[in-house]
Amino acid sequence: MAFDAEIRAALIEQVRRFVTEKCVPIEAQVGDEDEVPQAVVDEMKNLGLFGIAVPEEYGGLALDMETEALVAFELGQTSPAFRSVAGTNIGIGSQALVLFGTDAQKEKWLPGIASGDLIASFALTEPEAGSDAGSLTTKAIRDGDHYVLNGTKRYITNANKADLFTVMARTDVDTPGPKGVSAFVVERDTPGVSVGVPEKKMGQQGAHICDVIFEDARVPAENIIGKEGEGFKVAMSVLDKGRLHISAVATGVSKRLIREMVNYALERKQFGTAIMNHQMIQAMIADSQAETYAAECMIMDAARRRDAGEDVTLLASSTKLFATEACGRVADRAVQVFGGAGYVSDYGIERFYRDVRIFRLYEGTSQIQQIIIARELAKAAKAGRL
Amino acid sequence: MKVLVPVKRVIDYNVKVRVKPDQTGVDLANVKMSMNPFDEISVEEAVRMKEAGTATEVVIVSIGPKQAQETIRTALAMGGDRGILINTDETVEPLAVAKILAKVVAEESPDLVLLGKQAIDDDSNQTGQMLAALLDWPQGTFAYKIEKDGDALTVTREVDGGLQTVKLATPAIVTVDLRLNEPRYASLPNIMKAKKKPIDEKAPGDYGVDISPRLSVVKVTEPPVREAGEKVEDVATLVSKLKSAGAI
Ligand SMILES: Cc1cc2nc3c(=O)[nH]c(=O)nc-3n(C[C@H](O)[C@H](O)[C@H](O)COP(=O)(O)OP(=O)(O)OC[C@H]3O[C@@H](n4cnc5c(N)ncnc54)[C@H](O)[C@@H]3O)c2cc1C
Ligand SMILES: Cc1cc2nc3c(=O)[nH]c(=O)nc-3n(C[C@H](O)[C@H](O)[C@H](O)COP(=O)(O)OP(=O)(O)OC[C@H]3O[C@@H](n4cnc5c(N)ncnc54)[C@H](O)[C@@H]3O)c2cc1C
Repeated sequence: MAFDAEIRAALIEQVRRFVTEKCVPIEAQVGDEDEVPQAVVDEMKNLGLFGIAVPEEYGGLALDMETEALVAFELGQTSPAFRSVAGTNIGIGSQALVLFGTDAQKEKWLPGIASGDLIASFALTEPEAGSDAGSLTTKAIRDGDHYVLNGTKRYITNANKADLFTVMARTDVDTPGPKGVSAFVVERDTPGVSVGVPEKKMGQQGAHICDVIFEDARVPAENIIGKEGEGFKVAMSVLDKGRLHISAVATGVSKRLIREMVNYALERKQFGTAIMNHQMIQAMIADSQAETYAAECMIMDAARRRDAGEDVTLLASSTKLFATEACGRVADRAVQVFGGAGYVSDYGIERFYRDVRIFRLYEGTSQIQQIIIARELAKAAKAGRL
Repeated sequence: MKVLVPVKRVIDYNVKVRVKPDQTGVDLANVKMSMNPFDEISVEEAVRMKEAGTATEVVIVSIGPKQAQETIRTALAMGGDRGILINTDETVEPLAVAKILAKVVAEESPDLVLLGKQAIDDDSNQTGQMLAALLDWPQGTFAYKIEKDGDALTVTREVDGGLQTVKLATPAIVTVDLRLNEPRYASLPNIMKAKKKPIDEKAPGDYGVDISPRLSVVKVTEPPVREAGEKVEDVATLVSKLKSAGAI
């Protein structure tokens, strides 16, 4: 659905206002207390943020990818932990249902996901299966009209708050690799499902990751998403979209950091002049701007093509690789431009520096994006499409 | 009860305004505009009345350029039912606004007109009062609290150093102050739905109102630049300086 320009502008403006007025003022507090206040979570619910990628008939906004990216640019302009609160409902936690769910499954869960009353997580990674997700060993063995799940998922965002999980598990134990994997919706209150304590991590305090453990958890057979053996395909489709979203969030942070750098460089004086007048400072800021703009253009192009129905696997991986690596460089330069202040917590720059590090790791590390890009290129060449 | 809520499109309150070099006004080029914050409060109050069942319909009206339609849409996204845009690119002074609003009132017959106490661009604080005079309706200005009391309204007003409570027969004019409520954020779904709510478009001429200005702005100047502080040797000097400046 093509979006009305006036509505789109009003939506973006409202998200910007929410971020500026409600999130930015409490960034340090959220970082220190490792918790986004419930009042802010409630405001996000009222705003409708949890449902932006859910179809309208299930209470969502059904934003196209282009508009979702514009929203993500805005959400990125504060501590990424805020985005993470609704992030799994917008992205990886809901999209398997949106893309592959049956009407009955959508009916049952999507309205709650859209309103934020249900928190949805995505459980792919395991202790022994990270980048090589296709080697996962969590089992789902058919038993009558149930599947019995056993195994452990690791680093699952929002697991401690989740009401349901999209779980990738091996239904065919004799088929190693991606082909033996299926996807399921698993409700948190299913007997045999437990969640570990949140991990201590480098950044994004306020967003949490935990283990999710399945011990003879009996999941109704109708909770399978797609067909048996399609689970890996489901997961990868979800990630194609997630990668564009994450790229846009990272690029939002870059935009914020450029603003911080310029404002600081105009105020801070050394050697008798604002450091903005020193050419080496200008170079750092200019490189940041050029890279951020490039990332923005990549995201918008890939998003529009996805909206037009193109397969964007290659573009999404290229975009995620570039946008998140660029964000890392921008954050490093921000610390540099701030000098000692960049290393001291009061200025908040070191917090962003820590927060953005994860963008190059999750939803596929930079190396995995490179592997996908090369694989897609080889595939295209062999098919005579390159 | 039918409520009419006039809203004005003004420079966003976050914008640092710059005076034009020729001192005829402030520079509006490429400046972010939004709904006057006091009008957001009146829209919020009207919407709350509707949610509480005391208001039956909330009609939003704005007099201004084509883009004032966005301001009306914002109010509709907050919960207004329909809008009226009275389109003009001219400067409309408070008296002309009040005269147009009086005609809108004659057409719409609201039981309550809820206005911001002033607009943050010209700080006139006149429109509500002038409208009350033109209509010969009771008015409660600077509202801190509004309660429906049978056919009447009890309005608690902010006055210097305290509060005053008045009772108004309806139809009435109420202008709202800062502490009446905290306006909501229009939700994203409601922003999308607002696009489908009707907005009537009119011109001042449709109401036969002459909006030609009666006032001319002589000069607009920047506030004085804050002067640099002074460092003193010790506390005793500080105290004596403050005393001689009449600060303590
Ligand atoms: C904060 C956070 C949130 C997360 N949220 C979720 C979530 O919600 N759901 C979920 O399922 N997972 C989640 N994860 C897991 C995340 O997706 C994985 O950590 C990530 O995919 C990397 O896997 P790994 O940690 O096992 O690293 P490994 O796969 O062990 O990788 C270690 C290093 O080896 C490199 N490497 C691996 N294979 C190759 C290769 N073939 N060639 C070259 N280099 C290679 C990697 O690039 C990396 O540099 C989260 C992780 C974190 C830290
Ligand atoms: C953890 C920590 C420990 C410290 N310990 C000590 C200590 O024990 N003793 C002590 O005396 N100090 C100490 N410092 C201070 C430290 O040496 C300074 O922070 C550092 O010299 C940078 O100065 P600054 O922070 O004022 O940054 P600024 O000088 O303001 O620099 C800001 C940015 O401008 C750049 N810049 C400045 N001038 C130019 C120019 N002419 N051309 C191009 N770029 C320019 C800088 O490279 C930097 O990128 C410490 C700082 C920290 C954070």
